[in-house]
Amino acid sequence: MSTDLEQFYEIFFEESAELLADMETCLLRLDVNSPDLEDLNAIFRAAHSIKGGAGTFGFTDMTEMTHMLETLLDRLRKGELEVRSEMVDAFLKAGDVIKEQLAGHRGEGQADPAVAAAICEELKRLSNEIQAPAKETPVVSNDQTEAVSAEAEVAEVKASPNDDSSRFTYCIEFFSAGMSNTGMENLWANLKQLGSLENVTPANEEERCQLKLVTSNSEEDIWEILAFVVDPAKLKIELDTSGKIEADATEAEAPNTISTDAGSFVDEDEFEMTKMPPAPGYGFFPGAPAAPKDIMDASEANLNSSQQQGESNSKNEPQAAANKSAGKANTAAPASETSSIRVSVEKVDQMINLVGELVITQAMLAQTASQFDPVVFEKLHGGMSQLERNTRDLQESVMSIRMMPISFVFSRYPRVVRDLASKLNKLVELKTVGENTELDKGLIEKIADPLTHLVRNSLDHGIEVPEKRMAAGKPAQGTITLRAFHQGGSIVIEVSDDGAGLNREKILDKARERGLPVHDGMTDQEVWMLIFEAGFSTAETVTDVSGRGVGMDVVKRNIQSMGGRIDIDSAFKVGTRISIRLPLTLAILDGLSVTVGDQMFIVPLTYIMESLQPAAADIKTVSGHGRVVQVRGEYLPVIALHEVFNLHPNVTSIHEGILVILEAEGHKAALFVDDLVGQHQVVIKSLESNYRRVQGVSGATIMGDGKVALILDTAALVMASQQEAV
Amino acid sequence: MLQEQTASLATGSSGPVTSQLANEFLTFRLGKEEYGIEILKVQEIRGYDSITQIANAPEFIKGVVNLRGIIVPIIDMRIKFRLGNADYDQFTVVIILNVAGRVMGIVVDGVSDVISLEAEQMRPTPEFGAVIDTEYIMGLGTVDERMLILIDIEKLMSSSDMGLIDQSIN
Repeated sequence: MSTDLEQFYEIFFEESAELLADMETCLLRLDVNSPDLEDLNAIFRAAHSIKGGAGTFGFTDMTEMTHMLETLLDRLRKGELEVRSEMVDAFLKAGDVIKEQLAGHRGEGQADPAVAAAICEELKRLSNEIQAPAKETPVVSNDQTEAVSAEAEVAEVKASPNDDSSRFTYCIEFFSAGMSNTGMENLWANLKQLGSLENVTPANEEERCQLKLVTSNSEEDIWEILAFVVDPAKLKIELDTSGKIEADATEAEAPNTISTDAGSFVDEDEFEMTKMPPAPGYGFFPGAPAAPKDIMDASEANLNSSQQQGESNSKNEPQAAANKSAGKANTAAPASETSSIRVSVEKVDQMINLVGELVITQAMLAQTASQFDPVVFEKLHGGMSQLERNTRDLQESVMSIRMMPISFVFSRYPRVVRDLASKLNKLVELKTVGENTELDKGLIEKIADPLTHLVRNSLDHGIEVPEKRMAAGKPAQGTITLRAFHQGGSIVIEVSDDGAGLNREKILDKARERGLPVHDGMTDQEVWMLIFEAGFSTAETVTDVSGRGVGMDVVKRNIQSMGGRIDIDSAFKVGTRISIRLPLTLAILDGLSVTVGDQMFIVPLTYIMESLQPAAADIKTVSGHGRVVQVRGEYLPVIALHEVFNLHPNVTSIHEGILVILEAEGHKAALFVDDLVGQHQVVIKSLESNYRRVQGVSGATIMGDGKVALILDTAALVMASQQEAV
Repeated sequence: MLQEQTASLATGSSGPVTSQLANEFLTFRLGKEEYGIEILKVQEIRGYDSITQIANAPEFIKGVVNLRGIIVPIIDMRIKFRLGNADYDQFTVVIILNVAGRVMGIVVDGVSDVISLEAEQMRPTPEFGAVIDTEYIMGLGTVDERMLILIDIEKLMSSSDMGLIDQSIN
């Protein structure tokens, strides 16, 4: 049983994280002056779903916090309180605390209960600040909020009708046709336990049974007893208000009618549903699958989807209410129907592997089939070409499963910018363009940190304070633009600002100070790249935001480890643009296949400058061994692949083979191979999963004929050649 | 029944061999010697073809092959233990093993059969100088007149002298 629950933990954690991100997006979008009710509802639903899940798993700290959120949000969306920016701040902080609590339950770090308590207090203060006049709120009273848990709430529902020690009379009506006598007797006995029972069935009525029950129990209790025996579709329980029971005016508003007939259900208030007992899985799935859709396109799609959601929600409400007995708040269900399903990455990877196999098998079949006479075996060839097309389509669509829109990363920056801008007293607007650009999930996870760093850098170093901007004739509000788009086989992510730009002189001075080899004749590009040197910072003062010179070098290293490249464009006093170029996926690499002897190797295309067949005269030796080749006035060290890997090459003299000119980390070298074969997109496979790391090899791949080819670790080879030369 | 148990308990103190209950072993030949490995460690048996060499690997690591999308290293046990002739033809057999969460293949002279050994058929390893360190030998099995050298394949393949797994010193 415990393992069963644990398997849901992971889902809950993931889902809560998504919901929190969703909530944050909505909060940041919220205009304090004219709050969008739909946004408020969305935030409320997110908090509510988390609470439901947390309640199910017994994470009381989270239930408590989300309940506080809910209380305040409910008053907001009912218009009992005005939205103010301090509330938004409080919500954001509460979101952070929930995130920490979530991490705590995950076993990563520990949430500070003191902070949580402080936020709780603040939320409570805010929600109690102005009591709505002349209206008794259905919100759980204060003293009870202290010890809120889902159970406590249930108790409250039951308690409220009891407060005046009043007893209700219920009219119960159901079809008794076909019921056994013993069944009826049991039912009588059970109902009698609740209170005094009176049979009011008309004498001539045979099929229907009408009862009058006077009890202090709630409708649910009666419902539970009856539901086991009677077909719920034929059951009707009504509160008899004409009876001798004195119902308070406010309590009359309470949902005292339960009926399976959706039409007669009067209570559409969602909040009441929160008072339902948390059945297993309560509030577990709704909402989350819609999340990606929500953040996908902030400007357009969001408007659309929120409208859609609004519409479908209003339609859905009676239906959701009808489902009340099932204890599920399917508030966001309509959006989720078409959006997504949750599948583990392992399954997807397995599928990618299998499809890769299929492609190889197809290639082998095609090769065999090509030996048959196309006239005699026309149908075979027709089938083969169709198979090829289908496998290629299949491979593409399977690959696209791993792709996610970059909005998953972009969506976190409005918060970063908002917090940091207010800290630095700057006015900054964040624009995002191309959030729907897709890239591999693995890359999405890895790009977030470097990008955060760049955004913070832009804000701190790039954008000036409003006074300075005004003096420079710029609008007081600075703009940071995040842009993503496809270019060729890669994705480009740009972080640009209209701030001060990089100061060439300052960077050069700083570089000289640090003893870096610089001169005035360097191109702008070369100068800008200096800021990626470790420990380099031109900031006059070290703040807690930036200025320590730690980071840009890490950013560059991270990007490079992803197989990407980073470039800077900057104009002094106009702005800076940093562009990151990444391969579309981690799993596929553009490579050039080369042969040495009978072995084939893949050289990653991103490192290749050119390939050439040198003239014998261009090859020179330095001090007897160590060969260099002259290419357009440059002397490049020659790396003979067969020497590095101890192979038997078909050609041994360099001018008979091919030189592939490589560039890695600013160094160039010429790789000597027998022959070039072709350019491929190859699927990267790990050598280390079953073997160990091999010097000079970064991985392996499977070629069309089913053979394994090793992928060269170009950077390591080039660096090794540099060390040899020294 | 009880006697059997006590017997096995008594011999159990003499070595780790008998602590194992009856097991099934896949037997293979290396030169003139017959070896056995636990059948549960064996994933499949296949032929030897299209191997991609790995640079600067020890001689007994022939290279890697593509096993349905997984890159699998192939070790020639004949070279490693200097037994038999390392020829490769259509009869050369590769046993694909799944040990310590890794998949690898070993080249042997031939696969004989699967034998079930009772605890009393297994003898502890005497101390002798063998090509295989006795540390990696679980014991000796006797079937009729044949003697099987039972290898603890998991221990052997994980050992540093095989060089299959990155050691922390690297």
